[in-house]
Amino acid sequence: MADLTSTFIGIKSPNPFWLASAPPTDKEYNVRRAFQAGWGGVVWKTLGSEGPPIVNVNGPRYGAVWGADRRLLGLNNIELITDRPLEVNLREIKSVKRDYPDRAMIISLMVPCDEESWKAILAQIEDTGADGVELNFGCPHGMAERGMGSAVGQVPEYIEMVTRWVKQYSRMPCIVKLTPNVTSILPPAQAAHRGGADAVSLINTVKSITNVDLDHFSPFPMIDGKGSHGGYCGPAVKPIALNMVAEIARDRETRGLPISGIGGVTTWRDAAEFMALGAGNVQVCTAAMTYGFKIVQEMISGLSQYLDEKEMALSDLIGRAVPNFVEWQDLNLNYVTKARIDPDSCISCGRCYAACEDTSHQAIAMKPGRVFEVMDDECVACNLCVNVCPVEDCITMVQLPKGAVDPRTSVPVGDYASWTTHPNNPGAKVAAE
Amino acid sequence: MTNSQLTPGVVPGRLPTAAYDQNFADHTPPLDRHEATVAADRCYFCYDAPCVTACPTSIDIPLFIRQISTGTPDAAARTIFAQNILGGMCARVCPTETLCEEVCVREVAEGKPVEIGRLQRFATDGLMAKGIHPFRRAAATGRTVAVVGAGPAGLACAHRLAMHGHDVVIYDARSKPGGLNEFGIASYKATDDFAQAEVNWLLQIGGIRIEQGRALGRDMALADMQASHDAVFLGIGLAGVNALRVAGEDKHGVRDAVDFIAELRQARDVSALPIGRDVVVIGGGMTAVDAAVQSRLLGAETVTIVYRRGQDRMSASGYEQDHATKAGVRIVTNAAPVQVLGNGAVTDVEFAYTVDGPSGLTLGAERFRLKADQVFKAIGQTLSGAPEGLAVEGGKIAVMGAGRTSVPGIWAGGDCATGGDDLTVTAVAQGRDAAEDIHFVLSGDGQIAHPTGV
Repeated sequence: MADLTSTFIGIKSPNPFWLASAPPTDKEYNVRRAFQAGWGGVVWKTLGSEGPPIVNVNGPRYGAVWGADRRLLGLNNIELITDRPLEVNLREIKSVKRDYPDRAMIISLMVPCDEESWKAILAQIEDTGADGVELNFGCPHGMAERGMGSAVGQVPEYIEMVTRWVKQYSRMPCIVKLTPNVTSILPPAQAAHRGGADAVSLINTVKSITNVDLDHFSPFPMIDGKGSHGGYCGPAVKPIALNMVAEIARDRETRGLPISGIGGVTTWRDAAEFMALGAGNVQVCTAAMTYGFKIVQEMISGLSQYLDEKEMALSDLIGRAVPNFVEWQDLNLNYVTKARIDPDSCISCGRCYAACEDTSHQAIAMKPGRVFEVMDDECVACNLCVNVCPVEDCITMVQLPKGAVDPRTSVPVGDYASWTTHPNNPGAKVAAE
Repeated sequence: MTNSQLTPGVVPGRLPTAAYDQNFADHTPPLDRHEATVAADRCYFCYDAPCVTACPTSIDIPLFIRQISTGTPDAAARTIFAQNILGGMCARVCPTETLCEEVCVREVAEGKPVEIGRLQRFATDGLMAKGIHPFRRAAATGRTVAVVGAGPAGLACAHRLAMHGHDVVIYDARSKPGGLNEFGIASYKATDDFAQAEVNWLLQIGGIRIEQGRALGRDMALADMQASHDAVFLGIGLAGVNALRVAGEDKHGVRDAVDFIAELRQARDVSALPIGRDVVVIGGGMTAVDAAVQSRLLGAETVTIVYRRGQDRMSASGYEQDHATKAGVRIVTNAAPVQVLGNGAVTDVEFAYTVDGPSGLTLGAERFRLKADQVFKAIGQTLSGAPEGLAVEGGKIAVMGAGRTSVPGIWAGGDCATGGDDLTVTAVAQGRDAAEDIHFVLSGDGQIAHPTGV
């Protein structure tokens, strides 16, 4: 078994799987169950300022998007930060941390955007024994209307300012949680970095309406015939999250800034992908909310097996794919592949044919007996057939070796050449002699 | 009643009362909405789907399944009925395992096809339960068509003709419409008087009148029908049955399986039906299986199907054979009856093992006897009462194209006509296609109208 012990911004945990700040980490009962199940750490659900707790709606809080067999692919929520008194949360955090000293305990915070509020809350959480704080600059619903959450995360200057306050008034490691509801994730990440953040975590949820009730003509979740946007998460947002994590990991300014990866992590594989793109650990919410805390056991066994098979340490995995995350213009245009349909595993559903014939390049022939074959002289290797095929690995992409002639273009496969040097590119640089 | 499974002879009430209800309950219960959603999810929406090709009525199966999975099962039912107006019965009785489901790509991939038949039932039952008839009759054409036989072929033909605005009179020899749907299918496949409910639902199209108790040749002549109607469609089925042609065939306790099945279907109280302790069914088709299984369900202690050729030649599908063996029926193959023994009533049947050689089937020397107090003959039905003057080919009314017989103005379809397997779904396809052809001829404009959904 590979050693999954993780040290993230100095905080140790037995594995890199933390529960994200969300309903599963709202109270002692849940968090104890999570630790019993084996989670490496939790980010306690966001605490607000002292005083009357915030309130939640009393109708549905969640909406969802499903795939086949009603697999939950996306979840959105309109729940706000904790609606329990601050002192109750602090007491419970202290109690759990005392019993689980080896687990990471991070406290998520969201208070009004003024120095006094931040100074006050930091003082109050000081003696819980928690390992660090996470600044919730991400929630896009409810609290944003009150000038908090993503309202802060969308203004880099505010991020930097608040981060500075936190570092000034606390010795605790500070993670800044970013919102994806921005045109570029880099300015917020750079601001957090400048403000002295020890790490960023991302993504928080994406502003969303999951569906519309077609009888009541209201967005869902519907509260008395009305709906407001929620925050979207789960497997559906993973691609968005991966890209944002990778952008921060390779950016000149933020390179090296620790990242806690969040967004649709459901299996060990998802976690490994986040880590390969630069995340030092991952945070999970929707998968736990869908299947319960036990899923961490699969994550632990899967990641261990993978690392063992690759003969890698956990630290070797982190960021390993970042150098390969490049701009489009740097992609090798002389990398030529062709789709290959394995007749033995083909079940003759014809979906590749329909997809290619109707919507792509007419590069698949349907032969008598429902035999499907790729026509190399038409195939642009777009990969759509692979993606719509219901049988994994039935259709694969086979690379043409160097020197082979691409039957579609009649051009032999040459050495690496990208758009930057392509003759059709008006701004092409002349290749070095 | 103190009879049991061990009571000798042919007696009723072999089982406790409750057992009959259980035995003759719906064989394949309907899917509920959740089950249907899960089952529908498995469809891959294939291109030029093999299941559609395999369906004799060419129902657009991927489309109707997609309509179920998107929460519009009534639209799914319309898709089905547009091709097959008896889609409700076909969902119950089609040998899907040798048609659509056999070629389902998930059968190829995983050995578990999409449950097309059950999904079809989910959709069609839903719309029929609402009493909705999804088609509207075209303006009356003033033409009248005679349909002989109210079985699947005749009903499908009549419905399509009525839809096109023609007036249809169905002449049916029996006391009730439905043909084999009413008289020839195992009870547990069409419970709750489904066949009659389906006929009543179908007749909502309007323009169809059924005259029961009117047999061609007995009560009316084809020439008269031709004279009084613009066209005639024959869907008279196969009313005759093959004889064993062995000594002792007339002994008490030997009867045709089709009569037994019909009696069972019409019985109000199946516990009152007498059944043998030891039953032998001779034949290898669906009729043999239906008779054998139902004999067991009525409480027969031993039931044996004996078929003269090898198991692979049985026309009952593998699924049906499994169904029989699960019900406790023993299947003996490569054996043919040589005599029925008994003193007045049958006591045993003697069989010879057969050899299926290049010169055909021959009887071997080795013999064996099976104890039997009841014997059902299920060795095939024959065309009977076909009107004079129609060309007959291989024991069936010869048809060309969409059911045109050798006599202009007369069409035929279903089991009585050449072409296709003797299945409900085939009969529906032939009746429907003949109706379109009749409409084409009667319209005289070459226009073939298509069904109009409401």
